[in-house]
Amino acid sequence: MSLTVLNVIAAVVIAIAFAAANAAYLVWAERRGAARIQRRPGPNINGPFGLLQPPIDGIKLMTKQLMIPGGADKILFMVAPVLAMAPAIMSFVTIPFSEGIVARNMDIGVLMIFAFASLGAMAILFAGWGSRNKYSVMASVRAVSQNVSYEIPMLITAITVIMVNGSMDLKAISLAQAGGFWHWNIFPSLQSPLMPVSFIIFFICSLAETNRAPFDLGEAESELVAGFHTEYGSMGFGLFFMGEYANIVIGASLTTLLFLGGWGCPFGLFPGVWWFLLKIYLLIATFIWIRWTFPRTTIYGLLNLSWKILIPISLFNLLLTAGLLKVF
Amino acid sequence: MSAPIQLRPDETFLLNVGPQHPATHGVLRVKMQMDGEYIVKAETVLGYVHRMHEKMGENRTYAQYLPNLSRLDYLGALGYTHGHVLAIERAAGIEVPERAEYIRAITVELNRVASHLFWFGAFVMDLGGFSPLMYAIQDREHILDMLEAVTGARLTYCYYRFGGLYNDVDDDFIEAAKRFIPRMRKSLKKYDALVTGNIIFQKRLEDIAPVSAEMCRKYGATGPVARGSGINFDVRKNEPYSVYPEFDFEVPVYHECDSMARYKVRMDEMEQSLRIIEQGLEKLPGGPIMTEKKPKNIKLPVGDFYQAVETARGSFGIRIVSDGDKNAYRLKLRSPTYSNMHLFDEACEGMLIMDALAFMGSLDLVIPEMDR
Amino acid sequence: MGGYFSEIFYGSKSLLIGMGITFREFFKPTVTVQYPYQTLKMTARYRGHIELLADEEGNPKCVACGMCQRACPSGCISLDSVSVDVEVDGKAKKKKVLSKYDLDFTKCSLCGQCVESCNFGAIDFSKEYNLASTRKEDFHFNLLQRLKRSEEKNT
Repeated sequence: MSLTVLNVIAAVVIAIAFAAANAAYLVWAERRGAARIQRRPGPNINGPFGLLQPPIDGIKLMTKQLMIPGGADKILFMVAPVLAMAPAIMSFVTIPFSEGIVARNMDIGVLMIFAFASLGAMAILFAGWGSRNKYSVMASVRAVSQNVSYEIPMLITAITVIMVNGSMDLKAISLAQAGGFWHWNIFPSLQSPLMPVSFIIFFICSLAETNRAPFDLGEAESELVAGFHTEYGSMGFGLFFMGEYANIVIGASLTTLLFLGGWGCPFGLFPGVWWFLLKIYLLIATFIWIRWTFPRTTIYGLLNLSWKILIPISLFNLLLTAGLLKVF
Repeated sequence: MSAPIQLRPDETFLLNVGPQHPATHGVLRVKMQMDGEYIVKAETVLGYVHRMHEKMGENRTYAQYLPNLSRLDYLGALGYTHGHVLAIERAAGIEVPERAEYIRAITVELNRVASHLFWFGAFVMDLGGFSPLMYAIQDREHILDMLEAVTGARLTYCYYRFGGLYNDVDDDFIEAAKRFIPRMRKSLKKYDALVTGNIIFQKRLEDIAPVSAEMCRKYGATGPVARGSGINFDVRKNEPYSVYPEFDFEVPVYHECDSMARYKVRMDEMEQSLRIIEQGLEKLPGGPIMTEKKPKNIKLPVGDFYQAVETARGSFGIRIVSDGDKNAYRLKLRSPTYSNMHLFDEACEGMLIMDALAFMGSLDLVIPEMDR
Repeated sequence: MGGYFSEIFYGSKSLLIGMGITFREFFKPTVTVQYPYQTLKMTARYRGHIELLADEEGNPKCVACGMCQRACPSGCISLDSVSVDVEVDGKAKKKKVLSKYDLDFTKCSLCGQCVESCNFGAIDFSKEYNLASTRKEDFHFNLLQRLKRSEEKNT
């Protein structure tokens, strides 16, 4: 009994620590990466390569006063940042980092992650509504319509993978792809020849779901000041920020588990957690690379992309896979 | 894409964009009557950086007024000072040595490229892309270094004098400018591939914010804004001044009237400016840079004088009413962005706020120049 | 339908081209100057605030004619002089000597009209750019004092 409790506490602490450390150092990596793309050095004063910058930023955020604007809905305003962070941490619980490293493996892992991810839209909606700021309201309405419309193609492609592998258990899906990169779901198989397209759709959707550029309409700093977190300072902003980066890690982990063979090695050698981390950080580097290359899409361009391109293609892919699964 | 939706003027809210807002690039305020994300009505409010430059012109001697002109438009300052010195020189009958005029043309065109580069970066940043701004600033820095070595300043130049220049250019400048031209052409190709060809960028600009030629005439819009709407008007060609008739260059005109047309006009103009600089460096004559018969205290004859020049933002005019004194009786500056910006109120009705702010970026507003 | 797919194709291609450009930029060397640790040399014509120049004996070249004061658009120069009895070729003569030369740098627009108007070459631009302060008074320069101090340093 007590051992179970200890297990749970340890899992939660590790999940939070992992999320927080990732958030802090992904910001650093993003700033350094963006700087290199723009041919500047980036943060390089505090510590070697500026590695002490994230803790300093954290201290700054924590010591600032949390201001609540007059007329704001206090409860929603305070709840929103927590709601942005908590589901992201919960999702870490069921992500298998390797065959042994998983807090609680569930046979409905994929479903649980999607369930928690959809809570992120609520956080944005609460923040926008609670701030009593017109920019925030507009941004949150945008972000919610974006999240809702991108969940559909994301789920459809996830269902395709689930159908091929015959399981919702992330560990099982990953194990099914073990033993060399030719077994990975990203490559076309007899049952589903359009898998590379699915991967691209899933990747685009995870960009949109995490509100990353070029789909960062919820922030849109040149139009809506800072979007839904305009009124947040101090750790309120800090939590949104951490939540965003935690979501990026989850998006990358999910992509890795579903399409890139999880912790499996491309050549079937030494499978383990290092391969998993290598894959997710490569994906995150691509996220950063994309962000600093493209301008932002428009809201209608974004919805057109989802409803006119991604959803039809992913639906076609789903039907094709279903049919081929019956045949082969 | 201003969708043909039925706006409901009875269910609106007021959105106050500015005076401090990231998209207004300065202290411009726009009161927007919004229906959701659609703009029902917009009203621009100016005057937050009004510094009475016209009144100052009445209290200062003509020479003392020189530094003021470079404070109008901090991105393309040389074009404005050029207009001022040309106006005074023509009114007072001062001859300018040919070398000085060539150097003026070269530096003005360099400054125009610098201004367009900064606009390009800021415009793409308005659309959410940050890296092109850094690349543009990097190229612009070369121009500023060159101009700093010659004029002694990086932004608010006070280089031209009545009858000539403050000081001559040296071989280093000519070398640097010759090196700069091919480098800039290479960069323009990079911008073409990175930004102009980008599908997201094209989708955001094509068929957005159409401004008809009729509307440009109505509001007196000039420069790239008018040329993007099919009006072939460039002061350098239509009312030639300085040594511009000596150069072989084209005026880019696009007939699409949308934001993309305005963008393309400016990108093409950079290439044309490079051509002018190239020819100017080739033809640069020797000789003095300052006329010998320069009067100590300049007094204009009684009368009314006007000089227009093509700056990076459009046609800049300076009108001086003189009563024969050493300062103007009345001085009026016709600044191009002031006219260009007033398109915004009418053109952005029924537009999404996103497109409207991208449209505002495509107008290339410099607020201190508008407010004067 | 053909247009639909060709748009997807060319759109994706343009995105990949853009990513290729930023990828190449990533590996290029940085171009920025790490300012407080590295500094650039100011160009010869750089215009800092003005400075009085000294003649061979260490006295200001300025004869206090006031041309710079009149030329200044912003009225930031104020100077004063006193009459001093000097002996030139054995005759007693009165000579104007500069007693005060103040520059209010808060108003200066660095146009260079004062330097240009000076017929004696008595003022020039300094190369000082690192001027930052929280108090306005720090920009009211007593140029005569600055000159004396720099002369003392030189000798």
